[in-house]
Amino acid sequence: MKKTILSATIICLCITAFAQSDKYAGAMKKNISMLDSAMQKGNAKELANNFERIGDAEKSQWLPYYYAAYCNVISTYTEKDKTKNDAIADKAEELIIKAEGLAGKENSEIAVIKSMIASAHMMVDPQSRYMQYGATSASNIEKAKALDPSNPRPVYLEGQAKLYTPEAFGGGKDVAKPLFEKALAMFDAFKPASELHPTWGKSATQYFLAQASK
Amino acid sequence: MMNKLFFLLLLINYSAQGQTNISGKILDNKNKPLLGISISLKNTYDGTTTDSSGNYSFITEEKGEQTLEASATGYKPFEQKINLTGIPVTVNISLKELVTELKAVVISAGTFEASDQKKTTVLNPIDIVTTASANADITAAIKTLPGTQQVGETEGLFVRGGTANESKTFIDGTLVNNFYYSSEPGLAQRGRFNPFIFKGTIFSAGGYSALYGQALSSALILESIDLPQQSSADLAVSYLSVGAGLQQLAKNKKSSWGISYDYTDLRLAYKLIKQKPDYFNIPVLHNADANFRIKTSKTGMLKYYGTFSATKVGFRYADMDSLGMKDAFKLKNLNIYQNLSWKEKIGMGWRMTAGFSFSTNKDNISNEFQNENNEKQIVTNPGLFAFKNFDVMTYGSYVNGKIVIEKKLKGLSALRFGSEYNYSNDKTDFTLYNGNKSTETVRENLLSGFAETDIYITNDIAAKIGTRAEHSSLLDKWNIAPRISLAYKFADNSQASVAYGIFYQDPEKKYLPSLNTLDFSKATHYIAQYQKLNNNRTFRAELFYKKYQDLFKTSTSIGQEIAVNNNGYGDAKGFEFFWRDKKTIKNVDYWVSYSYLDTKRDFLNYPSLMEPSFAAKHTASLVVKRFVTKLKTEFNGSYTFATGRPYYNIRYDNAANNYKIFDAGKTKDYNSLSFSVNYLPNIGKTNASKFTVIVFSITNVLGSNNIYTYNYSYNGLNKQPVTPPAKRFYYLGCFISFGIDRTENTINNLIL
Repeated sequence: MKKTILSATIICLCITAFAQSDKYAGAMKKNISMLDSAMQKGNAKELANNFERIGDAEKSQWLPYYYAAYCNVISTYTEKDKTKNDAIADKAEELIIKAEGLAGKENSEIAVIKSMIASAHMMVDPQSRYMQYGATSASNIEKAKALDPSNPRPVYLEGQAKLYTPEAFGGGKDVAKPLFEKALAMFDAFKPASELHPTWGKSATQYFLAQASK
Repeated sequence: MMNKLFFLLLLINYSAQGQTNISGKILDNKNKPLLGISISLKNTYDGTTTDSSGNYSFITEEKGEQTLEASATGYKPFEQKINLTGIPVTVNISLKELVTELKAVVISAGTFEASDQKKTTVLNPIDIVTTASANADITAAIKTLPGTQQVGETEGLFVRGGTANESKTFIDGTLVNNFYYSSEPGLAQRGRFNPFIFKGTIFSAGGYSALYGQALSSALILESIDLPQQSSADLAVSYLSVGAGLQQLAKNKKSSWGISYDYTDLRLAYKLIKQKPDYFNIPVLHNADANFRIKTSKTGMLKYYGTFSATKVGFRYADMDSLGMKDAFKLKNLNIYQNLSWKEKIGMGWRMTAGFSFSTNKDNISNEFQNENNEKQIVTNPGLFAFKNFDVMTYGSYVNGKIVIEKKLKGLSALRFGSEYNYSNDKTDFTLYNGNKSTETVRENLLSGFAETDIYITNDIAAKIGTRAEHSSLLDKWNIAPRISLAYKFADNSQASVAYGIFYQDPEKKYLPSLNTLDFSKATHYIAQYQKLNNNRTFRAELFYKKYQDLFKTSTSIGQEIAVNNNGYGDAKGFEFFWRDKKTIKNVDYWVSYSYLDTKRDFLNYPSLMEPSFAAKHTASLVVKRFVTKLKTEFNGSYTFATGRPYYNIRYDNAANNYKIFDAGKTKDYNSLSFSVNYLPNIGKTNASKFTVIVFSITNVLGSNNIYTYNYSYNGLNKQPVTPPAKRFYYLGCFISFGIDRTENTINNLIL
């Protein structure tokens, strides 16, 4: 009898645990699936909050905080008042530091977000902030490439930076285009560590490649 | 049995199927709806984000007692226990705004700030070095801001009816005694310091903090850079000078050191650009500096900066008092300045900033009365001519120390107090035409104490209240100077500030020693400001009234003008506008400033209350900057206009036994258009081993015949205009950075 109760309890706990992790994966997948349309819908901030809630509840997963940071950063892209970038980027920074702590060490994807955070700060006043934030952004792209040479996202970001740098200064479409092509090939070959790991950036790369090919 | 139990357990497990709807509205403390606020049940996934009307609504399957939490950057986190039973719950929340640096009002009455910090500022450090008329001189750039006068015959900042002596400069908290190169007759001098060593500049035209004293009108507060981003070697070549420098950043990025040396020789320049004075010693300058910076801990920084400069110049100009005779002026200057500062957090929210500077200045000035063959003449009748032959040696040594202790209070509020000590010893040796010698020494020990508090009641309202007390050993007097500033932020993010303060200052050293008992001169400032600042456009308007009391009066004894009493007084009032716009015209950044000044004073040898000769009624400046990407070139222009200034022939009237105005007038309006081009040929060449900037500039492009003021002969019969030494000035130089690719940095500095 005792044995029976014990096994029943174990089964139940397993179900609960399974249900729990299933719930985590389910919630993550649901929110991740909304990432691509976040820019059009303008609900990046909402998604950021969703991911942060998951992170707060889970306490031991780095990916929710990673996505929360990512969503905060991309919410600055659609923000018209660039002076608000600092506060949002600070929030993203706080989240990515949490993610890094939970991941145990810095990884390529985290470095990508750090580069984007620096760029968001820079956009507030590029002329006077490049010295500080431009350098941080560029060095994090390099770091992301070094930490995972197969990660297409730093290559895509580099292409984006080049696309917006005037031709006279070594940027422009001709320089950016091969980078987007390279990133696209890398996206096709890229295997995320799990269903929940980052895969974003392919459609943006296609969009920018089209821009660069015009 | 087993089945039953299993079923029971399953039932318990899934019993929480009932759903509860939680909804409400989130407002801030002004009842404005908050958008994008995250609201959730603590430790669950359940929650949502508020919409643009601040409304939220979500469904949870949780049961029983749970914690509802709302959080947003810049707001105090909200938590409330709620009981979930399946019945819809409504919770309306009011979030309390936290006082944060990004949101809080800035106490800005009287002040222009250029710094790298996150907050949007009116100017950036780079603006100072790219202003066309400035030629990389800090004060020349400041002169494009409202409140300043376009005085070209004397160095320094003349602010809101104040003399240059009423403006003081501080580096890393401590006073700088000889900020400018030593004076030459009729020629304004540049600042001694390279603008690239400063990361922050605060120009206060009045109402400044109790941390600073001994300046009746204005404070220019400079903060030196911390560790450099990377090691570098630099070379600068122009037709005026050559220079080289080295900056070495340690591998662990915790310390750095640097040295540089510049040699300036104006021989070629003066051959190409004809100068009015006849130079027999064309200016030669040696400048060397050294620095080190050490990160003493995570929050501590120790900085040393030292400069050495030696200059030599000699020129002849027509003597005012005679026909065909000349004055030959010769100056040799040796200046050493050293500054050590240390910042450290000392725990429990306390922070200490200590600064110490030591400097010595030696001027060797001689003047000869010469005939047309440039031969020295000693003419004893009238005696006045004989006194035109003299030698003056001045030796100054200065020690300035300051310590500020700061305690961070709630929000951004803070308490600061500290002490400052200024020692100066100015010794002057005169040698007259007949070899007679005399020596004078003026020594001052000024001890000050100050306390100040920043109070942020909310993000929208703040106050800075401080007081400063000083004791002068020279005057043997005490003073107490209260200072108050208030700032209020409106709903549209524009802000209003007001400032009130009392400022004291010692008599100017060159009018000392006095035989009489003197007191501090005193100024009381009242300032009201409105400012609207966003990223691309800035508007500010300022209204001020300044009351002068106890200004010192002078009298001439044995050819020397000395301070005799504090019976002088006066006032200054006016308004100023500043507008900066980076948006309206694509790729063009411009600013306009306008100042109206109405001032009168009775001081020095003025016979009565009158408009001082250094004050123009209307002054306006336009500064334009534009980068043309295709040409890899930045074009900068600036135009300054000022209405004429009064000038006087004030002489002692022996019959009436007082000073009298024998002649007076107003100069014609002042106009100056300057233009500069920065060309960056290496831009975009990645992996370039060097980075080059070529600078070309012209001051007074239009060649306007500017007259600063008029000089009179001793008897008032001869009147001569004081003009710039050359109509136009051209600069062509090349700066090269080696070893490090700074291409991208510079590109983005200029174009993004």
